[in-house]
Amino acid sequence: MQTDLDARGFDWYMDRAVAVGVFVGGISAIVFIIGIFLFVTREGLSFVIGPMDLKEFFGSIAWRPTSIRNPTYGILALMAGTASVTGLAMLVAVPFSLGAAIYIAEFATGRTREALKVLVELLAAIPSVVWGFIGLSIMNPLIIDLFDVPIGLTVLNAGVILGLMAAPIMTTIAEDALKAVPDSYREAAEAMGATRWQVVFQVVLPAAKNGLMAAILLGVGRGFGETMAVLMASGHSINIPTSPFDSVRALTATIAAELGDTAVGSDHYGVLFTLGIFLFLVTFVINLTADLVVRGVREQ
Amino acid sequence: MAEIAVETRKLSLWYGTFQALFDVDFRVKKGMITSLIGPSGCGKSTLLRTINRVNERLGYVRTRGTVEVMGEDILGEHVELARLRKEVGMVFQRPNPLPLSVRDNVLFSHRLHRGDTSVTKADEEDLVEDALRQVLLWDDVKDRLDRKATRLSLEEQQKLCIARLLPVKPTVLLMDEPTSALDPKATKALEELIWGLRGAYTILIVTHNMAQARRASEECAFMLMGKMMEVGPTDGLFLAPRLPETADYIEGRYG
Ligand SMILES: Nc1ncnc2c1ncn2[C@@H]1O[C@H](COP(=O)(O)OP(=O)(O)O)[C@@H](O)[C@H]1O
Ligand SMILES: [Mg+2]
Repeated sequence: MQTDLDARGFDWYMDRAVAVGVFVGGISAIVFIIGIFLFVTREGLSFVIGPMDLKEFFGSIAWRPTSIRNPTYGILALMAGTASVTGLAMLVAVPFSLGAAIYIAEFATGRTREALKVLVELLAAIPSVVWGFIGLSIMNPLIIDLFDVPIGLTVLNAGVILGLMAAPIMTTIAEDALKAVPDSYREAAEAMGATRWQVVFQVVLPAAKNGLMAAILLGVGRGFGETMAVLMASGHSINIPTSPFDSVRALTATIAAELGDTAVGSDHYGVLFTLGIFLFLVTFVINLTADLVVRGVREQ
Repeated sequence: MAEIAVETRKLSLWYGTFQALFDVDFRVKKGMITSLIGPSGCGKSTLLRTINRVNERLGYVRTRGTVEVMGEDILGEHVELARLRKEVGMVFQRPNPLPLSVRDNVLFSHRLHRGDTSVTKADEEDLVEDALRQVLLWDDVKDRLDRKATRLSLEEQQKLCIARLLPVKPTVLLMDEPTSALDPKATKALEELIWGLRGAYTILIVTHNMAQARRASEECAFMLMGKMMEVGPTDGLFLAPRLPETADYIEGRYG
């Protein structure tokens, strides 16, 4: 009788195929990211080695890429726009998302908790253009009425919209961080007579602080990279804001609004890609920091 | 007659619909070490956890009967949990120091309970030293007070978990198999330290290790299937058990 120990049946081939498939999938994600970065860099490079003047780029508020006689490429005002909107967004999102995460992870039980988690996930799925629309058609008149100002498309509007947008994902990550705190800590503190709030503030939050920092950093990254909602709600005017009622323009919105009108290979086209490189690097640093912060937890 | 520190009368307890304790009548003498033995699942932890009401974290626990600590009813609605838990400290099976410094662990309970009374840094240092000395840990950790408690060895962690109860001057210490996560050497060290606390505190210690109950307790209580079977001086209970079930258990015929 012939034994068939090394038979390569259907299962064997299936197994191989799946292994190869998964490998290709994993590799391609990396290849795509590197590819995108290379593409953006190549398109921007002509500007970086050509007309770019570092001092003007980072130090000037004059963003006049279409000026025929004397184009200038200062992104200071754009950075200020992005920073002010993101900063305000975090002022809104941090208390909201930490509060929600604490409630969901530490106090809500059973049905309430499940319902809230679904709700948060639904909120996270609202497309940014819808948020932008809310900024334009609800927040805008509301701000004009409420504060008696001429225009409602401002840092305030975009910041609040962006904050509400970033809050759900921050809530989810913060909740994961709280859930990762072993229950034995809570039990130990409660057995010593701590109230639920004392447990939260004196034990759970300190124990989860790295995860919570990561949640906030990812929120910052989200705010930084958001385009559509900011474009619609911020007023899109080049300005260094001195109050929340000033209109501003963000880095991302600038790329989105202007790229379609540029000639491929022109200086204007190149500078927009340079903005892309800049955004890419900043987001990369933020995410890397978040990652390192989370890793810090595990090593302790 | 020795003073009674803890007394349960007709104590029954349900986890949802599952009854874990049946009419438990039990008295713990003040200043003594009482061990609680019985096969796994007989309700030792449940009984212990009822005495400072940590059980109630679960939300689906129901009790009937009474529990008194130093003559005061503790199950009533008016009872202030924080005060009860200050009076009755708990040590768990797995060492569970908080992820804070050694010093902050020792002071944690004290900080919860001292209210507005002013305590200077020097007072705190004294409390820390005194508590750590009582658990024979001072010399080992006095140079590591600012290190995270979760970095200590398991033996040190469990000692710390006892030490952190002491600054609030509890009457009763409940210990649920406090040495089961430790190696034999650490177990011995813990037993010695617990033995040294007798008199100053009333200690109720759950153990499934018969030799430990014999070595390290003055009174012993035997539980079986949610019922309190027999309570008496440890030597008497081991040498001349009243009930056949007790005899069977201590001879290792089950559990
Ligand atoms: N949280 C719980 N929910 C439901 N049943 C429980 C819970 N904890 C313990 N029990 C049950 O109560 C009984 C007594 O458990 P326990 O007090 O832990 O026993 P022991 O400590 O003596 O081993 C066991 O049958 C156990 O399954
Ligand atoms: Mg147990």
